[in-house]
Amino acid sequence: MTDFVHSTPGGDSAREDLQRPSALRQWMSYMRRDKKALFGLIVLGVLIFSAVFAHWLSPYDPNAMDFSMMLKPSLQHPLGTDDLGRDLLSRLLHGTQISLFVGISTVILGMSAGVTLGVVAGYFGKWVDTIIMRYVDLQWAFPNFIIAVYLVAVFGTGLANVIIAISLAYIDDFARVARGMVLTIKQEQYIAAAHTLGASDNRVMWRHILPNAMAPIIVQATVSVSYAILAEAGLSFLGLGVGSDTPTWGLILADSRSFISRAWWLGVFPGLFIMITVLSINFLGDALRDMLDVREVTDAH
Amino acid sequence: MTGYLLRRSVGAILVMWAVATLVFFMLRAVPGDPIAAMLFDVGDADAIAALKAKLGLDQPVYVQYVKWFLLVLQGDLGNSIYGSRIEVSRIVMEALPRTLSLASLAFVIAIVIAVPAGLISAIRKHSALDNMVTVFAFLGLAMPDFWLGIMLIIIFAANLHWLPAIGYAPLSQGFWPWFSHLILPAIAVGTPFAAIIARMIRSSMLEVLNSDYINVANAKGLKKLRVILVHAFPNALIPVVTVMGIAIALLMAGAVVVENVFAIKGLGRVLIEGILNRDYPVVQGAILVVSTIFVFANLAVDVLYTVIDPRIRYDS
Repeated sequence: MTDFVHSTPGGDSAREDLQRPSALRQWMSYMRRDKKALFGLIVLGVLIFSAVFAHWLSPYDPNAMDFSMMLKPSLQHPLGTDDLGRDLLSRLLHGTQISLFVGISTVILGMSAGVTLGVVAGYFGKWVDTIIMRYVDLQWAFPNFIIAVYLVAVFGTGLANVIIAISLAYIDDFARVARGMVLTIKQEQYIAAAHTLGASDNRVMWRHILPNAMAPIIVQATVSVSYAILAEAGLSFLGLGVGSDTPTWGLILADSRSFISRAWWLGVFPGLFIMITVLSINFLGDALRDMLDVREVTDAH
Repeated sequence: MTGYLLRRSVGAILVMWAVATLVFFMLRAVPGDPIAAMLFDVGDADAIAALKAKLGLDQPVYVQYVKWFLLVLQGDLGNSIYGSRIEVSRIVMEALPRTLSLASLAFVIAIVIAVPAGLISAIRKHSALDNMVTVFAFLGLAMPDFWLGIMLIIIFAANLHWLPAIGYAPLSQGFWPWFSHLILPAIAVGTPFAAIIARMIRSSMLEVLNSDYINVANAKGLKKLRVILVHAFPNALIPVVTVMGIAIALLMAGAVVVENVFAIKGLGRVLIEGILNRDYPVVQGAILVVSTIFVFANLAVDVLYTVIDPRIRYDS
């Protein structure tokens, strides 16, 4: 898995350099070798597809109630129905939308804020670094999920608040990764060259340093998407999520708690959806870590 | 060592102060004023004004802060705004042993599973056992702990009737009642933790087993088991201990959710009920206690780190 190298084998002629496989080809050959990554990619593709087309793919309206309550999985209802006669598959497919949307949007927001803080802290150093990192270290001492729970307690529930709460909870992770990279890259010759040529601080930070710091940030972002999906499911499960009229995986699971002894499918399938999603993203994250040659990022919360 | 301990302890206390301050001001700075919203449910405008005056909410925020902080220092976290207005410190102190029981049992279970699993998969690299451990580790990390809890209830409580599905029994009622109530939630909380530890032990063991001194030990003809357990394992533990702080945080976060699945009235249940009831003194109190546990767990891990790795000296 780790034997993939970017360099061209032997020879130093320009011709061989021309034959170097394109990034896409390298990537495809990597995927062929790493079955886990391929699995992750396919599953994630299916999930994104079903999230986008949930409305057309769902056999029923996710909120339509009727008298076909607590039906076992069957041809009519592939994953069964819940206590109000709603089709579980349709609800879970719609839940995919929320989960992926929250997972991706929180990481984009958290990454933007965290990376900005980290780059600024690492680049300017001195008191700027001290102030930013004191805060980041403070947040680092707490599990992201607890921070998210507290922020939802403060802001209130609802889609926007949940997204804000989870993304704020991830700022410290990104700030630390970005700052670490900036501290190394800052010492490089080409940065000194850029300064000599009169590039402004802004230009050096965002045009010269950031692009070279992206590899570990991308890996961190991938891992964070799966944690954000787990966090959203956890919040929904606790009743601190998007709202009681939106079918999310966590909420479906929470609603099913009173019936699980009679209707196992209500407990099993929502969790399987969450697990497979998180698993496939983690596989992709591991593959990216190998491909981009990033040392293990310590991230466990 | 003493100097280092002192500095770290002062640091921990400063962090606690910062957290308490953040918690206090965040609840008050938010648009919509949750405290007013909460009082709104109670009665008309006069009643609100009276209650505000009674709770000291008509005073400037900084005065409230100083008063609140002085009380917190004395262990007074205020009163719940519901029912018989029980003291928050009492609610929290009743909940604390439950959460600590759950987290410690989860810790023990996770270590008991993860250490042998990690060792075996490092020693028998790429064997069927190693692959199995890897698969379980991936699943353990991807599985939501609350879902695992529900699955365990379905299997062991609802179908097999081996264990109680919900609730808690204190240790004073005997070991078995305590253990039988806690084992399922502890497995749910401990699984992701076990997955992380097993993977870390595997990778750090592999690194250590490749080092020269292990080759020497093997060349001397020492027994294989001795080399692994006495020579390699202690050194392989060092990177594991460094992530212990994060891991404890993970256990606590897991306990907060899983307590809600198993209806154990620990800190997590208290916190979530407080949020759902908008009982802010309770929320504040629970968050403060949870934070204190993190900060001091991290401190303990740092100290442990110096003990386990004598190369590290913090007295510079």
